[in-house]
Amino acid sequence: MKNTITKTIAKYHKDKTRLMDILIDTQEELGYIPKEAISQIAEDLHMSEVDVEQTISFYHFFSFQPTGKYSIYLNNSVVAVMMGRKEVASTFEQELGIKFGQVTADGLAGLFETSCIGMNDQEPAAIINNMVFTRLTPFRVKEIVRDIKEGKPVVDMFRASFGDGKNASELIRSVVSNNIRKIGPVLDPFYKPGEAIKKIIKMKPEEVIEEIKRSSIRGRGGAGFPTGLKWEFCRKIEADKKYIFCNADEGEPGTFKDRVILTELPRLIMEGMVVAGYAVGATEGILYIRFEYKYLERYLENILQKAREKNYLGKDIGGKKGFNFDIRIQFGAGAYVCGEESALIESAEGKRGEPRDRPPFPVRRGYFDMPTVVNNVETLCSAVKVILNGGEWYKSFGTTESTGTKLLSISGDCRFPGVYEVDWGFSINDMLEMVGAVNSEVQAVQVGGPSGALIGPNEFNRILGYEDLATGGSLIIFGKHRDLLTDVVLNFTEFFIEESCGSCSTCRIVPTILMKKLKKILNARGVAQDIEDMTEWGKILRASRCGLGQTAANPILSSIKNFRHLYEEKVQKNKTFDSGFDLNAAVLESCEATNRIPNI
Amino acid sequence: MNKVVKIDIDGLECIANSDQYIIEAARENGIYIPTLCNYPGVKPKGGCRICTVRVNGKQMTACTTPVSDGMRIENNTEELINLRKSIVELLLVEGNHFCPSCEKSGNCELQALAYRFGIMAPRFPYLFPVRKVDASHPKIIKDQNRCILCKRCIRAITDEKGRSVFAYRRRSSRVEVVVDSKLGKQLTDELAQKAMDVCPVGSILVKEKGFITPIGERKYDKNPIGSDIENITITKR
Repeated sequence: MKNTITKTIAKYHKDKTRLMDILIDTQEELGYIPKEAISQIAEDLHMSEVDVEQTISFYHFFSFQPTGKYSIYLNNSVVAVMMGRKEVASTFEQELGIKFGQVTADGLAGLFETSCIGMNDQEPAAIINNMVFTRLTPFRVKEIVRDIKEGKPVVDMFRASFGDGKNASELIRSVVSNNIRKIGPVLDPFYKPGEAIKKIIKMKPEEVIEEIKRSSIRGRGGAGFPTGLKWEFCRKIEADKKYIFCNADEGEPGTFKDRVILTELPRLIMEGMVVAGYAVGATEGILYIRFEYKYLERYLENILQKAREKNYLGKDIGGKKGFNFDIRIQFGAGAYVCGEESALIESAEGKRGEPRDRPPFPVRRGYFDMPTVVNNVETLCSAVKVILNGGEWYKSFGTTESTGTKLLSISGDCRFPGVYEVDWGFSINDMLEMVGAVNSEVQAVQVGGPSGALIGPNEFNRILGYEDLATGGSLIIFGKHRDLLTDVVLNFTEFFIEESCGSCSTCRIVPTILMKKLKKILNARGVAQDIEDMTEWGKILRASRCGLGQTAANPILSSIKNFRHLYEEKVQKNKTFDSGFDLNAAVLESCEATNRIPNI
Repeated sequence: MNKVVKIDIDGLECIANSDQYIIEAARENGIYIPTLCNYPGVKPKGGCRICTVRVNGKQMTACTTPVSDGMRIENNTEELINLRKSIVELLLVEGNHFCPSCEKSGNCELQALAYRFGIMAPRFPYLFPVRKVDASHPKIIKDQNRCILCKRCIRAITDEKGRSVFAYRRRSSRVEVVVDSKLGKQLTDELAQKAMDVCPVGSILVKEKGFITPIGERKYDKNPIGSDIENITITKR
């Protein structure tokens, strides 16, 4: 083992800012990160062990204990549950003879829960040794467990045909489907790589920025900051080195459009990074991809290599003297909060993915404290199209406030879940019609994932756009038969509790307290005051450092706002106070231990 | 470049240096902004959120936001006082804080803030977590029941090679501050004392030193927290 780790550490030049990669490789090789490995890493990187461990223990996919020869991570997101996760989960438990969080006695298989893995249009889904298995059924689980017991390699465990498009290509070979159901300028299949690079090298960087500004494009991750302005700020700061980050850490439950772009149009993303690099004067790009998409690694590395051969990356790009830019891929290791730009940078520096205090913003002090532009995958892809066709052309799509198109990741109760590229200004009603959801059977739509809003039919005439419903593109449809509070709001709240980095007191504590209140109401012990308390206490979260913390009460707050009757139906009418304390339940364990019957 | 700027805190014009954070500038102007995670001389990390102020209308933490000329800061508003009070209450229900049996009582900033805000009972239900006391290190005790996860020790205490002695472990509500098993053993008397002093609560204690100053003669036994700042003679203004 010592040799393996020595090799891994040497591969990353004993650089402690590459700790993430060292840990990812170690975890992959050994199935966990043992104590001896931690000592060795700490020693070689001149860190304390506790410092190495704080990074390890932050990320979901790192483990101090063996996770089994086959590590099964079953998604527990809302849509997975809606699509039959419960039966799939219990079949896994039965067939393997273990509970979630456990490893079989022989060390063969480990079973774990995980937050949304970006497969909402093909749930229930699981990651087994970095390969994704979608559309699971109890029958399929039995097949998988049989294969595991026979010791089959994971790649030989597929039974379904490979997914559409590049999913079937030699370097991916995955059963994941793209489900592209509506194309537009970004998803245009006739895209020719390299055209934008040829164009920009004849322009001044300032002219590139001008064109982007003319398009009025805003960040597609959800926050909506004007991209041209971000690039201009970064351009104007003098520094020895600048960086471009592409944020492909889409972790907002219900979002999967970046996965589709990474699969079908990776060259478009890379070209976008090159364009941004040229515009701001950066020489290095980092494509930060969530760990859940590790199955795309070989494919993406190969494309980077080909781009270097074609001189789209590297030195003197396109023959332009002094235009140097290269890209490296950084994988995450399972943490939603890393999608926040400054947490993303911290993570890429090998640390816990905790958001930074701002100001300073990353454009001023980002990666290694150097000016850094962090853009969403879709933003960079759109920027290439702006360069090719002009800012004015781009403005012909969408609305005045929200120019261009938006990729939507649509899932839940509809006939055709998948990725749709639509003009901004699209209404929820049109969206439902588009995806084959019967309007009269829809109870609610979650716009923008858990951090967004849960809206009901009376608001379905609202439109998607920064001026109305701003969204990173996650849309989840809930039919009339769904129990919104139990299936949706509670699940989302638990998600936020699990994904908090834990450093702000507000985000670390308030969601847990709110969840307890919610459970009290669901257990028929709530009173009217509990609804008021949740509304009031939820506001405290606005004092949190980052977007995750600030929106962590949104599932509860927005459901109280738009579906108050669901809460009111459940609270006790004849009581103004109930402690929610259940004495019978509290003494149950001790009664069982002493063989007594509760005497209440 | 460091220059003199004017800022406005609750309608009071204050003079500050442009390289100062709001909380420092306020302090020099005799204005106390409550905090638990900030510690003079240690790199700020807005974790406790208690020093939240409104800067030009926007909520920001005073310990991490540098001043700039013409800044309008709201500090003692009803909204912010209520927010701060609720955060102190959150911290009280998150851990297991039994003041009468705590070695740090009277020197504890959490307790002192609770007094300052007049907290009789928290509005939130107690979470009663099950937490451990780590007494395995020769010089210090780390009592997780009392830890408020402010990261002061993490930021302030490093060994001679710059390695962290304390660090976070895990995330979410399961996060805790732990001591490095090797470095914890090598901790000098001086660093152990510094760790205890830097801890705002009674989570880090130097063994056998808990009651050196008798209760009744401790820092906040006589004067409320913040009063030292509020009572200074302002020379700058």
